[in-house]
Amino acid sequence: MTEVVESAASKRLKRVALTMLTFLLMVLMCLPGLWVVLSAFRPNREILAKPPIWIPETLTLDNFGKIFGWGTEQVAIPVGSYFANSLIIALTSTVIALLIGMAGGYAFARYSFRGKGSLFLGFMLFRAVPGIALSLPVFMIWSRLGLIDTKAGLIIVYVSLNVPFTLWLIDGFFRQIPVSLSEAAQVDGCTRWQAFWKIEFPLARSGIAAAGVFAFLTSWNEFALASQLTRSTDSKTLPVGLLDFTAQFTIDWAGMCAMAVIIIIPALVLTFIVQKHLIAGLTFGGVKG
Amino acid sequence: MAEITLEKVVKSYGAVKVVHGIDLSIAHEEFVVLVGPSGCGKSTTLRMIAGLEDISGGMIRIGGRVVNDLPPRKRNISMVFQNYALYPHMNVRDNLGFGLKIAGEPPATIAARVAEAAEILGLTPLLDRTPAELSGGQRQRVAMGRAIVRHPDAFLFDEPLSNLDAKLRGQMRAEIKKLHQKVRTTVVYVTHDQVEAMTLADRIVVMRDGHIEQVGTPMEVFNHPRTAFVATFIGSPPMNLLPATVSGGAVRLADGTAVPVPDRLKNQAREGQRVQLGIRPDDISPVGHGLSQDGPGAEVELTVDLAEPLGMESLIYTRLAGQEVQAKLYGPRIVQPGERLTFRLALDRAHLFDATTGLSVRAS
Repeated sequence: MTEVVESAASKRLKRVALTMLTFLLMVLMCLPGLWVVLSAFRPNREILAKPPIWIPETLTLDNFGKIFGWGTEQVAIPVGSYFANSLIIALTSTVIALLIGMAGGYAFARYSFRGKGSLFLGFMLFRAVPGIALSLPVFMIWSRLGLIDTKAGLIIVYVSLNVPFTLWLIDGFFRQIPVSLSEAAQVDGCTRWQAFWKIEFPLARSGIAAAGVFAFLTSWNEFALASQLTRSTDSKTLPVGLLDFTAQFTIDWAGMCAMAVIIIIPALVLTFIVQKHLIAGLTFGGVKG
Repeated sequence: MAEITLEKVVKSYGAVKVVHGIDLSIAHEEFVVLVGPSGCGKSTTLRMIAGLEDISGGMIRIGGRVVNDLPPRKRNISMVFQNYALYPHMNVRDNLGFGLKIAGEPPATIAARVAEAAEILGLTPLLDRTPAELSGGQRQRVAMGRAIVRHPDAFLFDEPLSNLDAKLRGQMRAEIKKLHQKVRTTVVYVTHDQVEAMTLADRIVVMRDGHIEQVGTPMEVFNHPRTAFVATFIGSPPMNLLPATVSGGAVRLADGTAVPVPDRLKNQAREGQRVQLGIRPDDISPVGHGLSQDGPGAEVELTVDLAEPLGMESLIYTRLAGQEVQAKLYGPRIVQPGERLTFRLALDRAHLFDATTGLSVRAS
């Protein structure tokens, strides 16, 4: 009898411990983000106060006002241009990476050709190289080609960073679709192309959406390479723009956090919109269609 | 009119030849079954007719038109796949109408033809479901419906029943047969199941290693197998083959047992020829428990190794001339292992195959 009670007690203890652990991990993950969001709505002096003020005393939209120039003050940072650059670069590189990923992924999934295995391995190995390790060679080549401080320069870099991943993910999705579906469509009167667009593409849509979100977020958030390859409002992206808040002796934490929030929102919204596809996409392998 | 003709059709993958120049002609509205063990080239042959595989040599005609280089969509055929290949993101209605929609038929025509096909196959209440919401048999019917709505010149079936359980397979087999009687169209049907072949076919094509072994009606193939392979492949349980030598007007088995050469084979069997004696289990029965009591025969006493009672008949495993053979006992009688019984070999339906070529002595 006591044993049963003990085991029930230990079970409950285990559950409580697990819940606490989960909570702790969530706090660790969310706290920096929460701090950024909170700081975006607080004046600089409160952020820098010693001892720290944990619970915000004043909440204000001034930081955003400064960035967008609503109030009396405006920081001399061209946020609009950065936002536009970020959007153009991230969207263009995502679209290109998806197109290449779809074509390549389909080819890898459906056709056999000489050197297929090594080519695929090559893509994956390339993906394993940290982007920053490429910064010096890329910088040297780009400067010769005149691609430094151009949107095109950054787009090319992001496309090549993203293609291995989109290709790998999309390849997996096409592999899951039986070849006989495309064959049935061809017997039903489709050209190969029609069979792809009407049957295989809609079925791989979740995977393509997931690949797209990952590619977009990679480009949207990337800082290291962009900070090397961009100079001016012609190509500077939002993450690089954050650096503008640091002066020689001061850092405008409040402004920086406000801008960080501006960077986070589109990524968050996008992830939210395709959330359903994303989950379906990431768990696709385990579910039998 | 849609007869299908294959002339010296070859398929090779690189250096590997999988179909060795086969000739076959299928008549308008005929139901032809390609049957053989896996790897015999039957599915490849079907896929070449469909246009899903290129042909490496020879010529294929559908309705008199050479289709060698036509893509599947220009051949006016439809196909039922082993895994059904229904479009998972469309409901039954759209699955059925897909081909017509691609062909640019007006919506009213599509609706009418879909309704007609759904009516024939009893799919009307299921039109708004997706394939995931259907049972195996229903999916199979949708796959057939998708084939018939387009009123094609020919239906191609690629092992359509192999994913179903035994009971459903029997039902669907009957439905396919009925469907062919309703919608008279040329059918090419691939299976490895000889029961499907026997029950469905107007003509059976037995294939092995990329060659055609025999073409004939089910009864021709069953009663007059051209080779030892066909003899063992068609019919269940398979025909017993016993090594023997023709000598002095008798067939001598390995242990010296002599049985008279059947009359109808007397002229063909050469003295001294090494042969295999083929007897179906139905033609080896304990005296008084066989299919036929008269006609030429031989009697041997054998020991029962194992008996499988099936109700009105039992399958008996025994040894004849040092080799395991299967025999049939008709009638509800219990047989014990170790029992010695006198078996009658009904020789009027026995076969002789040349030991080296495997050809029936009738054919060689």
